[in-house]
Amino acid sequence: MSAVAAPASRPGSFAGAKPLAPISYKAPIGYAAVAALATLLFGILPESGRRTTFSVSTRDDFFQIESFTVPSKATALLLCLAALALSAWTFQAARTRRKVGIWLPAVYAVLLIFALLTWAVAGKDQALPLTSLLQGSLFLAVPLVFGALAGLLSERSGIINIAIEGQLLAGAFLAAVVATITQSAYLGLIAAPIAGALVSALLVAFAIRYVVDQIIVGVVLNVLVVGITSYLFSTVLADNAATLNSPPRLPRIDIPVLSQIPVVGPVLFKQTALVYLMYVVVIVLQVMVFKSRWGLRLRAVGEHPKAADTVGIKVNRTRVWNTILGGAVAGLGGAFFTVANGLAFGKEMTGGKGYIALAAMILGRWSPKGALAAALLFGFADNLQVVLGIIGTPIPSQIMLMTPYVVTIFAVAGLVGRVRAPAAEGVAYVK
Amino acid sequence: MKLELRGITKRFGALVANDHIDLVVEPGEVHALLGENGAGKSTLMNVLYGFYDPDDGQILVDGVPVEFAGPGDAMAAGIGMVHQHFMLVPVFTVAENVVLGYEPVKGGGLIDLAEARRRVKEISDRFGFDVDPDALVEDLPVGAQQRVEIIKALSRDAKVLILDEPTAVLTPQETDELIAIMRQLKAAGTSIVFITHKLREVRAVADRITVIRRGKVVGAARPDSSETELASLMVGRSVSLGVERAPAQPGAVALQVRGLSVLDEAGVLQVDDVSFDVARGEIVAIAGVQGNGQTELTEVILGLEPAVAGSVVLDGTELIGRSVKDVLLAGVGYVPEDRSADGVVADFSVAENLVLDLFDQAPFARGISLDLAAIQENAERRAVEFDVRTQSVSDAVSTLSGGNQQKVVLAREMSRPLRLFIASQPTRGVDVGSIEFVHKRVVQERDSGTPVIIVSTELDEVLALADRIVVMYRGRIVGTVPGGTDRDVLGLMMAGVPQAEAEAQAATHHTVLGEADIEASEEESK
Repeated sequence: MSAVAAPASRPGSFAGAKPLAPISYKAPIGYAAVAALATLLFGILPESGRRTTFSVSTRDDFFQIESFTVPSKATALLLCLAALALSAWTFQAARTRRKVGIWLPAVYAVLLIFALLTWAVAGKDQALPLTSLLQGSLFLAVPLVFGALAGLLSERSGIINIAIEGQLLAGAFLAAVVATITQSAYLGLIAAPIAGALVSALLVAFAIRYVVDQIIVGVVLNVLVVGITSYLFSTVLADNAATLNSPPRLPRIDIPVLSQIPVVGPVLFKQTALVYLMYVVVIVLQVMVFKSRWGLRLRAVGEHPKAADTVGIKVNRTRVWNTILGGAVAGLGGAFFTVANGLAFGKEMTGGKGYIALAAMILGRWSPKGALAAALLFGFADNLQVVLGIIGTPIPSQIMLMTPYVVTIFAVAGLVGRVRAPAAEGVAYVK
Repeated sequence: MKLELRGITKRFGALVANDHIDLVVEPGEVHALLGENGAGKSTLMNVLYGFYDPDDGQILVDGVPVEFAGPGDAMAAGIGMVHQHFMLVPVFTVAENVVLGYEPVKGGGLIDLAEARRRVKEISDRFGFDVDPDALVEDLPVGAQQRVEIIKALSRDAKVLILDEPTAVLTPQETDELIAIMRQLKAAGTSIVFITHKLREVRAVADRITVIRRGKVVGAARPDSSETELASLMVGRSVSLGVERAPAQPGAVALQVRGLSVLDEAGVLQVDDVSFDVARGEIVAIAGVQGNGQTELTEVILGLEPAVAGSVVLDGTELIGRSVKDVLLAGVGYVPEDRSADGVVADFSVAENLVLDLFDQAPFARGISLDLAAIQENAERRAVEFDVRTQSVSDAVSTLSGGNQQKVVLAREMSRPLRLFIASQPTRGVDVGSIEFVHKRVVQERDSGTPVIIVSTELDEVLALADRIVVMYRGRIVGTVPGGTDRDVLGLMMAGVPQAEAEAQAATHHTVLGEADIEASEEESK
């Protein structure tokens, strides 16, 4: 029995029970409670005998997938029970101190969302169009993606950008006016980033030149942009709507072949130039932020500005340009509200999307692909409310309107866990 | 490369941090810049490194005047600096940190990581550093981080390397490795400017010594000057190094720590099953390299952090689970490690800072109001008693020097009847004159019968004060040894080597500084 006699000579080879942190059952309880509630609402209480129809294909696809109809109550019950099983698994994982992967909340959410959908459209004549649900989600996610990327660019460099809302709004305004005057939606798309960049320029002027608290400047800028655009809207745009505020709509471009793939095609490849631009920006930033010289310096300035300074990187200059670049990206996102929809500019038409974009950035852990995923989640919540509103559901519309915001709060509070913001975020760099 | 500073002056408002400083660093020499904290050494080096603009004076490289608009220019001129607080981005890899600012790129502005790794490897191999280019800097021990800083400087072809207080965070063995590296660099022709306030190290490695006091060069010294000579030159008056103290008269055991464990937020054990006793009238020093659980240990005793297991019993009362206020009122005096963050409220006056813990008790409070007269009277008495040098006790504590701020903290914590006194890094950032005072007061507290715990990363301090030494490594107690134990043994234990093994190793192989000590004591005995 030499193993027993072996002396614990080195630290680390110490054998014995180590004290561990108390197990937290908060998450498993949360999962189980929500799943149980869903089981009750969607799987047990509804009357039986109703059916739910889902449609998948659109007309132009290579081949058609038939709509399918399922018995509502049984399907919802089945989905909810699966979610309950996942909750049980999280209890087991917590008890044995195992970490659960990101797949678990994802699968859990999909199960419950389908249960909700099955219940919500039960007994309706209309089929639930899954493809257009996704298509709309992507579309509604566009300003969130651009906004989140804007936040990411400035925060990675150490400047907190609360002014995303204002940048979106300024972008929407200028895009509408320029597109109307020139009668070109594309020129509107080019003008939008300029407006966003100008808002960012104000942000860095105060935050860096005058070392004002970045959050306060950001909030003030949001109010300022609302004020200016509303004023101009009332005094100028309202009276000359035809000449100044009726932008043409950005045309939808169907990518040949790709757009005819069932489900994927209509969702991803029957979109406007703004959406294709978004794909490019996400991919380029994902590569450049983490692999390029520019990205390394950007992150260095946001993590440890003094270290960056001592190797000859101009900290404040880097922050200024990247925040302005971020503002331009947000401004581009602002074009979504007007030219991408062919809508006239309206007062405060961004409706808090800039703040949700900020949440998407945090949920996406300051990475472009994460921001994209988070923005899609929020876009889905937003679109779900629209689609269910059209079909007509047992849920009051006011509650449906809350969905995107509730999802935002839960996502940021619950799913993120411990995130690590850039270390020097919000701290002015003064030698 | 020959480096020359002529008449460098740097002011911050009314404060003259550098006053017409002249300095010549010859090629291939180790030039020590010796001075107390706040003497202006780091300011001077930041001027030399292009980080600050000098208000007056000239920098000459090989006899040619140069001007540095920023650190980039200084690096281009062949000057590299290893800062006291490492200038490394914790979430970057070693290779990324080394190439930051002059990155090798492939097409499209993408970093050529293979080339970056090669640069790290090349220097790492040349000097026998064992550094993985792909390791995250935050995962490396401080000694390795320092080597990354050196690689960073050398990879930019530094001909003059400035090391700012490089040994502050190292164990004696790591210091030894650093000294070996310095000698190797010197042999390769690199000049080194070695900034420190540690006399023993200066004597061990310097070729020439320049002493700075209050922003001025006050003299040059030879490395064979005695420590006392160097110290008096540095402080400006004769100082006694080391505290005179009678042997401890330990009484009954007052504090019993048993099986104490603390987790950090990430669930990592910071204090791991720690048990020790402290008797009345004895000083127990907790030695260890920064970040080995000492901070958490003191914080859990005070009630600032929860313990996951174990008990802390002071005179028969359990302290774990009680609020900080209860623990303070139970007679625990606590000098925190980070004075400016936890010790004082910088914008409050000296008088207010002196009653931060007692402001709501008689005699400083009457009902819901403060008794300002009593607070004032208390402050004036304490300021005299603890030699706090200030114009007025109504001055904000932030206007005081580090040493005087520490005396304010000490005065506050010692003004209650104590059953236990804990001081973390009691002399960090404190001038030599005040160190003497602080140490005397600590010994006085012990002699009055209070059990005392000193947490210090400075071996000098540990050896000067401790009656017993508890060495911590990665949250565990490596061993408990008597005061006055050999430095090399302590150093090895601070690196996690168990006591018996450490003693055996130290007996066969002395560190450079250890040898210097032995030589010095032999000379004395002659």
